Amino acid sequence: MSAVDTWVSAFHAGAAVQPGAGLPWLAALRREALYRFADEGWPTRRHPRWQHTSLAFMDQQDFAANTVAPDAAAALARLRGDDAGHWLVFVGGRFNTELSDIGALPAGVQLTSLADALEQHPEAVQAAFGSATDGDSPAALNLALATDGAWLRLPRGVALEAPVHLVFIAGSTDASQHLRNLIVAEANSEATIVEHYLGEGDATTLTTAATRLQVDADARITHLKLQQEAEPAIHLASIDATQARGAQFASHSLSFGARLARNDIHTRFDGEGCDALLNGLYHLDGRRHVDHHTSINHAQPRGNSREFYRGLLDGNSRGVFTGRIIVAKDAQRSDAMQRCDNLLLSRAAEADARPELEIYADDVKCAHGATVGQMDEDSLFYLQTRGLDDAHARRLLTYAFAAEALDRITLLPLRKQARAALMARLPGGELLEELL
Amino acid sequence: MLDIKNLKASVEGKDILKGLDLQVKAGEVHAIMGPNGSGKSTLSQVLAGRDTFQVDGGSVTWDGQDLLAMPIEERARAGLFLAFQYPVEIPGVSNAYFLKAAVNAVRKHRGLPEFDAMDFLTRVKAEMKSVGMKEEFLYRAVNEGFSGGEKKRNEVLQMALLEPRLAILDETDSGLDIDALKVVADGVNRLRSPDRALIVITHYQRLLDYIVPDHVHVLSQGRIVRSGGRELALELEEKGYGWIGDAGEIHAAPPAAGGAQ
Repeated sequence: MSAVDTWVSAFHAGAAVQPGAGLPWLAALRREALYRFADEGWPTRRHPRWQHTSLAFMDQQDFAANTVAPDAAAALARLRGDDAGHWLVFVGGRFNTELSDIGALPAGVQLTSLADALEQHPEAVQAAFGSATDGDSPAALNLALATDGAWLRLPRGVALEAPVHLVFIAGSTDASQHLRNLIVAEANSEATIVEHYLGEGDATTLTTAATRLQVDADARITHLKLQQEAEPAIHLASIDATQARGAQFASHSLSFGARLARNDIHTRFDGEGCDALLNGLYHLDGRRHVDHHTSINHAQPRGNSREFYRGLLDGNSRGVFTGRIIVAKDAQRSDAMQRCDNLLLSRAAEADARPELEIYADDVKCAHGATVGQMDEDSLFYLQTRGLDDAHARRLLTYAFAAEALDRITLLPLRKQARAALMARLPGGELLEELL
Repeated sequence: MLDIKNLKASVEGKDILKGLDLQVKAGEVHAIMGPNGSGKSTLSQVLAGRDTFQVDGGSVTWDGQDLLAMPIEERARAGLFLAFQYPVEIPGVSNAYFLKAAVNAVRKHRGLPEFDAMDFLTRVKAEMKSVGMKEEFLYRAVNEGFSGGEKKRNEVLQMALLEPRLAILDETDSGLDIDALKVVADGVNRLRSPDRALIVITHYQRLLDYIVPDHVHVLSQGRIVRSGGRELALELEEKGYGWIGDAGEIHAAPPAAGGAQ
């Protein structure tokens, strides 16, 4: 059972062996977060940020570990190919030294598991860890229970050429995994971080994940998340960024797996002239549900934000998007643009797209739009008059709809990985392979 | 090759084709002219298989087969090609993929080996050269951001690659400047052969200076109201469509036109 008490007991059972258990500040923070979770419980529809995604069912939900141990090495090999790069692999929520290959790093870069970082740089980790009041109650549960994750600190002016890949594979010893990734990018540094969530098996497992990014002045950070958990999994995640003057942050969230996935993605402009791109793509079928709850806080002037979400919805699935844009009173000359487009592949699928604009400045450009539609008959006809049968034409147009989101991923190897992940989900994807 | 008998078609309860007859033999070029709203585009869409139009009567026989019973893609694979008046933009799909998928679908049906990537590129690049398209158009999304002329060249390119037995050009001349028109016409003329037929649908006779038809038909109110040789097109150019009666009936004869004597 997943009733709140279950998690409280799990916390007490595991607290003594959690990484950093000997650090008083961390033990206190975890307890505070646990109490908050125990106090608030799982969010229900009554919560304004959870109107379309109630977690009330979690009180009755049983979770179980996968009975078969994942072949993590094979999964990693499929994903990694011959990519050199920096690879940190976590199985069942714990860093796996054998499978990981951190590779050579420029001087001063810290890239380790969070558990290692808590031993080596506890003060720096403390400053980046976050507080028990961040986010909603699932985020508090994550803070209380997180066993590991990644720590990346980029010194001033350093650019990491190859992407950092963080691979999280659901394990077979626990019914849940809780991950916390902390990224500190000092002034004028640059990196791309990719989070892969993989799972196989038919057990209902729970993943909670929190990624916090501090993007200092003029730093450039691209974050890509590829969620490909097993069909019965529940995935509750948040990505929180803060941007200092002139910082650039791009987030790509691709949600293809899990029965229920929720991503809370927030960024805040704490300095002038920041730039943010929030790009998202989800594909759902069956009775699956994905909810992206995003917010971009233009707290300082002359910020630029672009947000594009696309959904492919089949079966009885439901896709939810909320895009909150806040422009503070003094954040003049802010420029914000938001779009959410959904393609319904079945009559029973449902899409919700909700912009929430709170604009307190007067010299602002802000545009938003949302569409929900079916496959374009003119395009289908055109392809069929060129000899493509109905099924091929539909697959091609489905892919084409998603391709606009994929094309915003500028690093080609990552775009290819994202395409491959999408193709694996689309029926007849092999027919479209030549598009790669 | 194509035998249309008493074809009637409607859209949303509105009758558009009201008993149209047309026979096209291999090797012939037919021009169908007519004012806006006469049913020209409906005819081309019905022949290609668009299901927004309802066929209410008549028959279309294509090499002895019932064309109207064939699925859209089967018509294409059997050699029917429609060059669209408004080619559709398909963001996210490269022109190269689209062209190759189309060519191989047709080749497979004809029992020919499918092109591999190299053979296909060689072939497509040669054809692009002859229609004056730069190679970059292979790697751009299908028709996306193409100018009117570029879209029409892309239609002619598809036609050349698919080697149809019957090509229908639906107002391919609309929106083209004279240079683009010549390129399109050259592309079409290269395809002329004794075993191919062409139906050129146009509002203006200008295109027919470059694609010289064997037969010209005037479509009005959903019927072919007059057929003749090339001189009929020149006559229409001179006199306009005004002499065609509102009911689609023809006045005894067009006002005396020199070419008709």
